[in-house]
Parts: sequence; C-alpha cells; structure tokens
Amino acid sequence: MKDTKNIKKFFKTVFARKVTIINAIIVLLFIFLALFAPFVAPYDPDKPDFAAFLQMPSTAHFLGTDNFGRDVLSRIIYGTRVSLIIGVLAVVVACAIGTVLGMIAGYFGGWIDDLITRLMEAVRAVPQIILAMALTAVFGSGIKNLAIILGISSMAGYVRMMRGQVLTIKQADYIMAGKLQGNKDFRLMFRHILPNSISPIIVMMTQQVGSTILAEAGLSFLGLGISAPTASWGSMVSEGRNYLMDNPVFALIPGVCVAILVISLNMLGDGVRDALDPRLRGEA
Amino acid sequence: MKGYIAKRTGQMLLVVFLLSIFIFLLVSMIPGDPVYAMLGEEVSQEEYDRVFHELKLDQPVIVRYFSWLADALRGDLGESTQFHMKTSEVLASRIPITLFFSIAAFIISVPFGILFGVISAVNRGKPLDTVVTLIANVTACLPQFWFALLIMFVFAMKLGWLPSYGFDWPWVNSMGWKQMIMPLFCLSLGGIASTTRQTRSSMLEVIRQDYIRTARSKGIANNKVIYLHALKNALIPVITILGMRLGNLIAGSMFVESVFNIPGMGSLMVKAIQSRDIPVVQACVLAIALVSCLVNLATDILYAVVDPRVRFE
Repeated sequence: MKDTKNIKKFFKTVFARKVTIINAIIVLLFIFLALFAPFVAPYDPDKPDFAAFLQMPSTAHFLGTDNFGRDVLSRIIYGTRVSLIIGVLAVVVACAIGTVLGMIAGYFGGWIDDLITRLMEAVRAVPQIILAMALTAVFGSGIKNLAIILGISSMAGYVRMMRGQVLTIKQADYIMAGKLQGNKDFRLMFRHILPNSISPIIVMMTQQVGSTILAEAGLSFLGLGISAPTASWGSMVSEGRNYLMDNPVFALIPGVCVAILVISLNMLGDGVRDALDPRLRGEA
Repeated sequence: MKGYIAKRTGQMLLVVFLLSIFIFLLVSMIPGDPVYAMLGEEVSQEEYDRVFHELKLDQPVIVRYFSWLADALRGDLGESTQFHMKTSEVLASRIPITLFFSIAAFIISVPFGILFGVISAVNRGKPLDTVVTLIANVTACLPQFWFALLIMFVFAMKLGWLPSYGFDWPWVNSMGWKQMIMPLFCLSLGGIASTTRQTRSSMLEVIRQDYIRTARSKGIANNKVIYLHALKNALIPVITILGMRLGNLIAGSMFVESVFNIPGMGSLMVKAIQSRDIPVVQACVLAIALVSCLVNLATDILYAVVDPRVRFE
C-alpha cells in the first residue's frame, strides 16, 4: 500500500513541471516509433530504388532519399530502434556490473576496495569514447557488442556512486542489527543495502541513457559502430556527409534526431533527479 | 603538501601500471587467432610465423607483458601493420596536432565558460539566465560530429567563407589559420557549454552562503562581492571538471578530425581500428591515457593548492 502511494507521489512530483511532461512525451514518441517502426515507416528502410537516389524532400519521400534511393524518413524511424536498444541495454550492463562491484568494494573494504577503486580509476583515466573505440577494435561492433562495450566503458561512475552509498548505509543501525542476527553478507548487501540506494541508481541510469546514445551515434559515425545496411542515426550522418550538396537533409536530420532525443532524455533525467532529491525540488 | 603530491603521484603511477596491463591485453583479448585477426586469413605461412614470433606469442603472457613494457618504456610500441613503420614514428607527427587542437580549445572555452556561468548565476531566474542555460544545455547534448558537419555545410559549402577541410601549420601554409577556425570553434563549443553549467551551479551554491550575505550586508558593492568573494570560492569545484574537460576535448577531437580531415591522432586511431592495426591502437590509447593521467594529477595538485582542506583528507 505504502509503496503504491510513494510511487504515485513520485510521479506527481516528476510531472509537476511542464518541461518534464513535454520531454516525457517526446521520449515516449521515440519509443512508440521504435516499437511500431514497421507500421509507421512509409517504405522498407533497406530497399534500394536506383531510379530515385539522392532526391530532395518531396511528397513521395518526405525527407528525400539516400545514395541508394532508400527512403530517409523510414531509415530514421528504424534508426530509433538501434539508438534506444543500445542506449538502454548499455546502461543496464553498466549499472549491473558497476553496482555489484561498487557494493562489494564498499561493503568489504580493505584490499578488495583498494583493488576495485584503482581499477576503476584506470578505466576512468581513458575517455569513454576512446575506451569504447579500443574495445570495438578487439571485439568488433554490432548491437550486442556495442551495448556491452559502451556499458563497460561507462560502469566506473556506478562503482564510485554505489561505493559511496554503501559506506554511508553500512554505518546504519539496521545493518548492524542484521549482522548480529547472523545474516549472510550477500543477503545484507542485496536485501538491505541495495534497496536503500535505489534512488541514486535510478537517477544515474536515466541521466546516462542520453550520453550512451550520443556515444553510439559517435561510434557509428566513425564507422566503428552499427554498419550498413542496418539503419542507425550515426552511420546515416556518416553516409550522408558525402552528399551534402545533393540532399543535405539525408545527413543533417538524423543528427537532429540524436540531439532531440538526448536533450529530452537528459531533461527527463533531471526531472527524476529533482523529484527524488527533496533538496532540489523547486530549483532550476 | 609534499606528502600529498608524493601520494597522488604514487597513485597515478599505479593507475598507469594497471592501464598498461589492460592495453597490453588488448592483443590477447582478440577472439580467435590474433595473427589472422591482424593480417587477414590469406597470410602466407612465413609471414604468419614472423608476426607470431614478433608478437612473442610463443612465450608465456607474463614474459610477453614485461618485454612489451620494457619496449614501451623505451618508446618502442611495435610496428604498425598498415604503414609498416614504427608506431612511434607514425604517432610523432600526429600527437602535436591533436594536442594543439585540444589545448587551444581548452584555452578558448574556459574563460568564456566561466564568464557565461557567472552571468547566468548572477541573473538567476531572469530571461538572460534562461537563455544562457538553455543554449548551454542544448549545446552540451549536440552530437559534435553533426555540428561540425553542419557548420562545414553552411560556412564552407554554402557561403564559401572558409576552407571545408584539411590542416596545415600556419607557418607552412598561410591558409592554415582559416582551416583552424571551424574545428576550433566546434571543439570549444562543448567545453564552453559544460564549463558554463558547472560554473553556474557552483556559483549559485556559493552565493547563498552566509559569508556572501555578510559581505553584502557590510555594504560591499555587488560586483566586488561576486567577482572577489564568490567567484574565487565557486571556481574550486570547477577546477576538477576542467581536468576532465581536457580529456574530453582529446576524445572530441576524434570526431572533429574525422569531419575536417585533419591528420591527427583521432583519424589515425579510426583508421587503425578499421584495419585492425592493434599496435597503433595500443599506442594511441596509451598516449591519450598518459595525457589524461598527467592532467588529472595536475588538477589534483592545483585543487590542493587552492583548497588546503583537500591535503588533509
């Protein structure tokens, strides 16, 4: 009962601001496009039409066609899938590994903590995109690999945050009481510490989806992410850059989509953060 | 202070050591046969044996690591499989270009970012603040490669004001100055946006402190309070972000170099990854990681200088 009441209150606070509602609607719209791409897209995204390549926007092709005569709008709609799937999966991977490692480091302390902390410092010393590039050199790309690679290259933040959380919660009386009752370490960690640090994890996840999508688009643009013929926004910009004079829309609109989705996700993330952190309520 | 610097340097060396293990293991992480992965399946038996021996794959991992490390410390990171040159020679001409763009963009973006951040914080809630914050938030989310392409389309292809790609040092080619404008603008913009955001929030935090209220109630002029009392304290957390910014600028130059066809480390690394030239990938990651570590160390020391509390933690 109490939980549903809390959840209701949470949503009420999140959506108290108009900006957050607008951003939530935009994000939902992209999710809708991703889910129902086959029904929404006017053409087959991979079907070339050599009679109609590099056309400017028209009534037949709302955003024109690319260098293979494929419909740009349809490819953008299908590209939503790639961006969202990788964005969400990578964040799940980063969160799962990072939270567990951070919890172990904070809970056990000592040399385990030192080892994990130093390892994560090493991971963070390399900028995320460079680390991801190095890993794609080894493991190759594709949706599954990219999700794992981007997840691994952004997990250090979760480790750090979770470690800090555990260090605070560990001091609480109820953890000590649990220990005295003879609870096993892992039970304490997953049943008591984890649920109590769930809100900063959620905030971090919502804020990271956007930056992960940006990173995926960047890798695909460089030719190291999703490659042809699968439609992804980053690789569309990359393909379209050679035809800027023929159909600038082909290269530029996918980038606009990345920007809109990332901005909306980040602002939605900010809304969630403010709602979960009472100190920030009502501030810009 | 000396103890603090020694401790941080020690930690940095440990991080570099861990990184060197990771970078070394990149070769061993390649699924399947690393020689085939680097040279393709149609390699002759002699070539295969040569590279197999060169990569020291006939020896245990530990031996390989330490001999790789010894070579790396001497500046020898193996031979590039695509250029057939020493990787150090391949990198030598490229590192200065990437560093030049990153540092120049850093020097441009920091003062502007701090200025906009202060303006925004001082005018909190007013239309000026809304405009600055909105622009900063949107700019921080723009895909850099896309923005680079957009300004190239407008200023080079449509208006014809600037050359669309290429790079020459200005003392080699007088066009060099013009070639730099767009890449630098593009790189600086992200830096300005994030520094603005950081300065604004840090400034807002400081402005509401008691000592600022005291200063105001003593009748000190507003500008003096803001620039003398508040800004000095607000910049402390900004410094930590600045260290990360330089690392991000180096990463960002990957995209800008790719769009404007600049022969820096970014375009080299992309080419190396596409042709699976692992020694070059290793060398690039190592170089970037080293620069990031040194910058982080410098920021930590700077941080301890401006905020003595840090030294005693």
